[in-house]
Order: sequence, then C-alpha cells, then structure tokens
Amino acid sequence: MKHTLAVLVENKSGVLSRVASLFSRRGYNIDSLAVGVTEDPDISRITIVVHGDDHVLEQVTKQLNKLIDVIKVSDIGGDEAVERELALIKVSADANTRGEIIQIANIFRARIVDVASKSMTVEVTGDESKIQAIEKLLRQFGIKELVRTGKIAMVRGSKKV
Amino acid sequence: MTTGSTEKVNGAKALIKCLENEGVDTLFGYPGGQIIPFYNELYDSDLRHILVRHEQAAAHAADGYARATGKTGVCVSTSGPGATNLVTGIATAYMDSVPIVALTGQVPRSLIGNDAFQEADITGITQPITKHNYLVQDPAEIPRIVKEAFHIASTGRPGPVLIDLPKDVQNIEIDLHYPDKVELRGYKPTYKGNTQQIKRAAEEIANSCRPIIYAGGGVISSNASAELVELAETILAPVTTTLMGISSIPTEHPLYVGMLGMHGCKYANYAIQESDLIIAVGARFDDRVTGKLESFAPNARIIHIDVDPAEISKNVKVHVPIVGDAKQVLKSLIKYIQRCNSAEWIEKINQWKKEYPLGYRQVSEDVVMPQFVVEQISEACKDAIIVTEVGQHQMWAAQFFKYSTPRTFLTSGGLGTMGYGFPAAIGAKVGRPDKTVINIAGDGSFQMNSQELATVVQNDIPVISVILNNGYLGMVRQWQELFYDRRYSCTFIKGSVDFVKLAEAYGALGLRAEKPSEVRPAIEEAIRSGRPAVVEVIVECEANVYPMVPAGAAINEIIDLEEH
Repeated sequence: MKHTLAVLVENKSGVLSRVASLFSRRGYNIDSLAVGVTEDPDISRITIVVHGDDHVLEQVTKQLNKLIDVIKVSDIGGDEAVERELALIKVSADANTRGEIIQIANIFRARIVDVASKSMTVEVTGDESKIQAIEKLLRQFGIKELVRTGKIAMVRGSKKV
Repeated sequence: MTTGSTEKVNGAKALIKCLENEGVDTLFGYPGGQIIPFYNELYDSDLRHILVRHEQAAAHAADGYARATGKTGVCVSTSGPGATNLVTGIATAYMDSVPIVALTGQVPRSLIGNDAFQEADITGITQPITKHNYLVQDPAEIPRIVKEAFHIASTGRPGPVLIDLPKDVQNIEIDLHYPDKVELRGYKPTYKGNTQQIKRAAEEIANSCRPIIYAGGGVISSNASAELVELAETILAPVTTTLMGISSIPTEHPLYVGMLGMHGCKYANYAIQESDLIIAVGARFDDRVTGKLESFAPNARIIHIDVDPAEISKNVKVHVPIVGDAKQVLKSLIKYIQRCNSAEWIEKINQWKKEYPLGYRQVSEDVVMPQFVVEQISEACKDAIIVTEVGQHQMWAAQFFKYSTPRTFLTSGGLGTMGYGFPAAIGAKVGRPDKTVINIAGDGSFQMNSQELATVVQNDIPVISVILNNGYLGMVRQWQELFYDRRYSCTFIKGSVDFVKLAEAYGALGLRAEKPSEVRPAIEEAIRSGRPAVVEVIVECEANVYPMVPAGAAINEIIDLEEH
C-alpha cells in the first residue's frame, strides 16, 4: 500500500541526504520524493511516497523521527489530502498533429509552454493518474522527452500538518 | 569560563573550553595535519590526553571509558585516514548505544570537495553509524554544536556524535559564548512512561503465572539495576539478560537465569520459550537472542520498555509498549505491582537450573580449559571490570565470570568488534582507576590492537590482558567444526607471536601459564604487580562454546556438550 509522508525538516545542508540514505539503508523503497522550503524559511518540507504495509510505515515513521533534523512526520495520503505532481512532456508535433495535441492539452487543463517546428512541450499538473492518462494519449504522437516532479501533498481544510 | 560570559579565542581554544564546560577530563586521540591547531591549544590545557597508537583504539577507549563511568567518552583524530580509522570504533559504540563524541580534523573549508590531501567525507561516511554528526561550517557555531553534541550523545538512547572541524575553523577567532541550554525542536526524548500503559503492564503482570524479565543494555545505561532487581523480587519473576545486559543483576542472584540466546544458558532459553509474559527492559529482540522469530516465545504476551520508540515492535509484536527511560518507567511500574502467582514456575526453573547447569568437560588433567581460566579470574578478582574482545573467550567471559555490580562487563555486543577489548579496557581503567580492569582476550582478537601495549606502558595504565591462546580463530573454527565438516579454512594461527616477549618488548609485564596449576598464580601476580600486564594462557585448542543454538533455529533447539 502507498503512503504519502509529509516530513518537516530543518532547512540545512545534508538533511536530504540523511533522509534519503535512511531509506536505502533500511531497505525501504521511495516511490517519489519532492523537497522545498516552507512558509518558514528555516523549515523544509519533504514529501515522500513510500509503499509497504503498516509495519513498514510504522518503522519508516519512527526511524525518520529519530533523525535529529527531522521535526515532524505526518502520513497525509488518501482522500483527506490534495495531491499534485507536475510533468513536462515534449511531444513530436507538426502542422497536422499540432491541433489535436492542443485539444488533448485543453481537456486535461494542461498548458502548451513551448512550440517548435517539430515539437511541442506540454505542462500538466495533477495527481498521478491524470498525468498517466495524458501521457498515454500523447504517446501516439511520439514522446521525445518526459520529466516529472515527485508528488507534493497538503491536507484539506484549515488543518496543518 | 562561566556560561553567559563572552571572550575572544580561536576555534581550537573555544573547542577545548567547551569540552571543559561539558565536564570532560580525558581525551583519547592521535594528532595529524588537520587537527594540529587543536593539539596546539591542548598543550596549555589541563585536559588529560591519552595518545594511542591507532585511531581505532582512541574510539574504543572513549567507548570503554563511557561504559565504565556512565560519562560521555571523547576521542580525537585528524582528517582522512585518521578519521576513517575511527569508523569501526564509532560503529561499535553506535550498535551498543554508547555515548561518545568524536572530534575529527578536516581540510580547510576552501579545499573541501577538492579531493585534497587527507580529505575524507567523514560526516558522509559516518552518517549511518552516528546518532548525529556535524561539519562545522562557521567557527562561531562551535559552542552551540559542542553543547548539542554532548546533549545528543548522552540523552535518550545514547550514541556516538561526530564533529568534523576544518583546519581554518580551528584557527579563526570567535566571541566565545557558551550556551546554557540546547534547543533542538526535532529531538525530544521521552523519559517518563505513559501512566495508562504502565497500569496496563501492571495488569498483565498480575495475570501472569510464568513471567520472565528480559533485561538488556538499556538497564545499565539508565542505571536501573536496583529497580530491575526490585521488580524481579517484588513480582517473583526470573531475570534473563542479553549479552549487553550482563551485570545489571548479580550473577548469583537466585532469580537470575543467566544470558539467553545463541550461547545462552539452556534454562534461560527454556524459560523464555515457556513464559506467558515477557517484560523486556532496554533490550531489542536481536536475532542472536530470539533465534528463529516465528517460534520465539510462542505463548508469551510482551511488555516492552525502551527509550527508543523505533525499537518497539521492530522485530517482535509487542502487546504493551512503554516508551521511556528504563529507570523512570520501572520506578513507576513498581508502585502498581504485586507478587505474581509464580511459585510453581520458579520451582520449575530451579529444576531446569539443576538439570542443565552451565559446564564444561576437562579434556585431560594437565590441559587448561579456557572456561577454567575465566572461573579463576572470577575467584581471584570478584570486583574487576571485565572487558572482552570478540569470539569464544567473549562467550566464556559472559558465562563463567560472576558479576556483582553494573558496568563491570564491557563487550562489543552488537557489532562484534574483534580488537575492541584491549583499547576499551584502557578507557575503562582511565575512567575507573580504583578498579582492576581485566581484558579477557583471544590470541586472534588481541593481535588486532596489540600495538596499544605502547599506550599502556607510556601512560602507565595497569590494564591486564589475559589471552586464552588456543592457536585458532576459535569461534570461526567452532562453526567450521560443527557446520562445515571440520574444514578449518584460514583459522589456524598457532605460533603467531610469543605474547610474553611481545609484552616485554613494549615494557609491560609478560607471564605465561601452561598448566591449570599455573593459572591462578599468574593472574594474581599480574594483579599484584600494578603494572600493565599480559598473561598468556595456553588453553585446550578445540574447546567449544556450549550451549549453542545454530543460526536460524528456534532458541530451544540447543546443541549442548553432551550431544558432542
């Protein structure tokens, strides 16, 4: 089962490496990872998607909490959270296909952020399934390059992690 | 320097003042290029520095000092190879939760990352084997970092902390202001156990007829021996200890059933397997203890008291977890408990004790059995601090010495570091000069750090090493005998060195015993001499450690002397 962990850490050098190496050292698998500073410049937030049963999740959480630079770990997956990923997809495009690609992008509320004579770059934001869906549809035109971020997530409502 | 005041000093001097503020009196170390500014300031300081002959020994000595005294040990090395030589010692301390602070020199900040001479990324290297580590980027941070390092090392579940000090950081002048307290929002250990959980534990105890207390190193590090014994006597439960828990309860206490696990007493393993309640205190259900997990204590409910929440339900499922300091939790638990209905159980255990005593077979009259040597040390010096290397002799020291007070059995339990014993004994003796410190060693292990004979002689540290010389890397040989068809691949080391002459070459006392009758006099002479000494005892070369649970078997599937 997949879990999304929001990990608040001290915004210091080396912290990301401590968190990442803990996963490899203890044999936990990271599905995705995203990191950035929060509203407090001294605190960064790492969003980690990890899969495993409850026992694994409990151990991951406890081991993360043991790191001195980790301030708080919250499991925020599921319906209670807004989850987003962002992808940039460079698609082969010419005069014949450009229109259809734009149509697909519109349906997904994606944006065309770059156009060249033989390609277009689409920026799409959404949860994992949405990004998979648009990727699948664009594949017929030929995907030249794809880059995506790790997932970020936030609890719905006025609650903070 | 008092806290609150400010003065101008260079980074190295600031470091020394901070160490003094933390109550440090002794450092174990070895100088080198990138730590020279620190050693330059140390020259004018009252801190005692024990110069070792290999940095690994500095880390083990700091560890031995910490285990023997309960204070935080400190070791120092230069950058690069000096720092990497500390690694085994730091890992040893990490696995056994021992508070040490390691100070390492580093190349100047401007050269970091350039593969400079003697540069190693020691904070990267030690990340998985320290509780925390620091690379000092700003000299003004030295006071805060030292304060935090000692706080982190010694509180919660103790462990090693490393501070890496670039050379230029040691030279730059700073306004030294030592902070009064630490502020670490990500580090707040829980000491007081949850009262509801403690009451639940008391209920479990009240309902149990076959309780057993399973005590680990946490009891010793939280100084909870008195509370442990009080718990056992109040509820009338047998106590078994892990290797790390040895000396937390006197060996001769009637409720003690000895060490459990792979080389544990048969009756300890039987008792834990048949118990209906395990009260685990400061222990972590290591694989050497549980054997095959699926068949471990099948009918037992488990109460687990540990300061580290990550240990709870890591290996076995726990019914009543209590996160907190062993001493504090036991103190509150004792208020709620009463005697269990365990008289029959105790009777059964006493029966097992009679039926399956620890023992060994005298091969022939004039051969010295290694177990006999440990018994002789035990009789000759009841109050000694026993330190061990790793291997067969370590298990015999665990089985056959009669311990009476905590912090008198120092051994590398988790990492199993050969070469630990001698330098750790140096640290123990420096920390506890009032005690006789005896390193029980094997001929293999002793050679891993025998260069420290120079250290004990130069600094006049009268540590005694008793080498049980069987001419083999004995524990591996035992496995080869039992599980690999007696194919003694690369374990024969007979004739390595004349240990008596080796000791004498360094200026230490060297003695040898070859017959049973010579053992006791040699040990006594070494103790009487008041000098650093090596007692080489030529022992039966193929003696085995029994009982033994083969790796991966259930802990009541025991190979014993009789079956062999």
